Amino acid sequence: MSFQQTASQTVGPYFIIGFQNGVHTDNAGDQAGAVTIHGRVFDGKGTPVTDGVLEFWQADANGHYADASDAGFLRVPLDADGNFTLRTVKPGRVAGPNGTLQAPHLVVNVFMRGLLKHAPTRVYFDDEAANGEDPILALVPVTRRATLIAKPSTDGSYVWDLHMQGADETVFFSY
Amino acid sequence: MSDEVRGYRKPFWNTQPDYIFEPYASTVLRGPTQTPIAMPSTLSEVTGPRFSRDILGEAEDDMTVGNGGAPQGERIIVSGRVLDENGRPVRNTLVEVWQANAAGRYLHQRDQHDAPLDPHFSGEGRVMTDEHGRYRFKTIKPGAYPWRNHYNAWRPAHIHFSVFGDAMAQRLVTQMYFPGDPMLDVDPIFRATADEAARMRLVSSLDWENCVSEYALAYRFDVVLRGRLETPWEQ
Repeated sequence: MSFQQTASQTVGPYFIIGFQNGVHTDNAGDQAGAVTIHGRVFDGKGTPVTDGVLEFWQADANGHYADASDAGFLRVPLDADGNFTLRTVKPGRVAGPNGTLQAPHLVVNVFMRGLLKHAPTRVYFDDEAANGEDPILALVPVTRRATLIAKPSTDGSYVWDLHMQGADETVFFSY
Repeated sequence: MSDEVRGYRKPFWNTQPDYIFEPYASTVLRGPTQTPIAMPSTLSEVTGPRFSRDILGEAEDDMTVGNGGAPQGERIIVSGRVLDENGRPVRNTLVEVWQANAAGRYLHQRDQHDAPLDPHFSGEGRVMTDEHGRYRFKTIKPGAYPWRNHYNAWRPAHIHFSVFGDAMAQRLVTQMYFPGDPMLDVDPIFRATADEAARMRLVSSLDWENCVSEYALAYRFDVVLRGRLETPWEQ
């Protein structure tokens, strides 16, 4: 057999059949300092995407990644209006390249019908001074950084919308 | 430096689909148009969830039982290995599978194809790979089904696979096809991968060794996840 990565294929419209047992939208439970992040996902015409799912991976509040469990993983399907909502604890800072520290963030993979391969991105928090020294945000043109940043809303939750295309196209990464 | 993180291999030219592939119409408004921003792998990308075997319920590796009776269709056994590009088995990793029934109908509210649902088939399965990266499940052969992408568009029979691996960087969702399916040549999703050899690796092979005489045919499908680079990523 060949040792090249298997080609990705779309999750299609019916992924929830296979994904439903792994849906997990609350990492906070009764921990103190829980935060809620919610938002919507839009296509290139501004139409909400109703058949997609976001997967998140994050460190704990002390900046430690679980090395033998699924603690820190979230799988959040989009609803019939393209909305998602998750509850978690804000992750601590983790090491970046060359001795840097990264700002608190969650790693995100976006899956949907019409995406032949998932789209990797990240979400940061607007009220973190550390964003200014984050080594990954620094790779993103200043004008596009806002697409990666969840903004506090009046009720204390964070709002983060994703745009697959258009003037506000979310920054996606390759690594 | 001690805090350098070894990243993962990049895909070989044309062996992964692009985001936009016009023959697959839904990509046109959904695929990102800007070039993804290249970044080094950090701790965040080279770690990932590890699922416990305890999450698996009874017989999640057998889609032919658990729904009150035997489903209609041709019973098959699907097995293979999950390896990385360095040839190492990916051990104890979660594999999720889902599929249409023998008539080509998914158990999903939005699937309105006029083919019968099967009360004895839900089309969902989960398995964990073993110490050698092997997995195995039992199901029925899915049917082809129509979609609205173009006139007379039918998907070739396929089983969806979701594999986690050891790191977010290894995450993979793909589809397994069946050998000799005439719809493969005219399926935009299959053909979205330009490299023919890469495409053909999505087609399972008849697995003589694992067939069970007078009971079930078997198909073999190996999955390769990204392999770790040998040296740290250079900036």
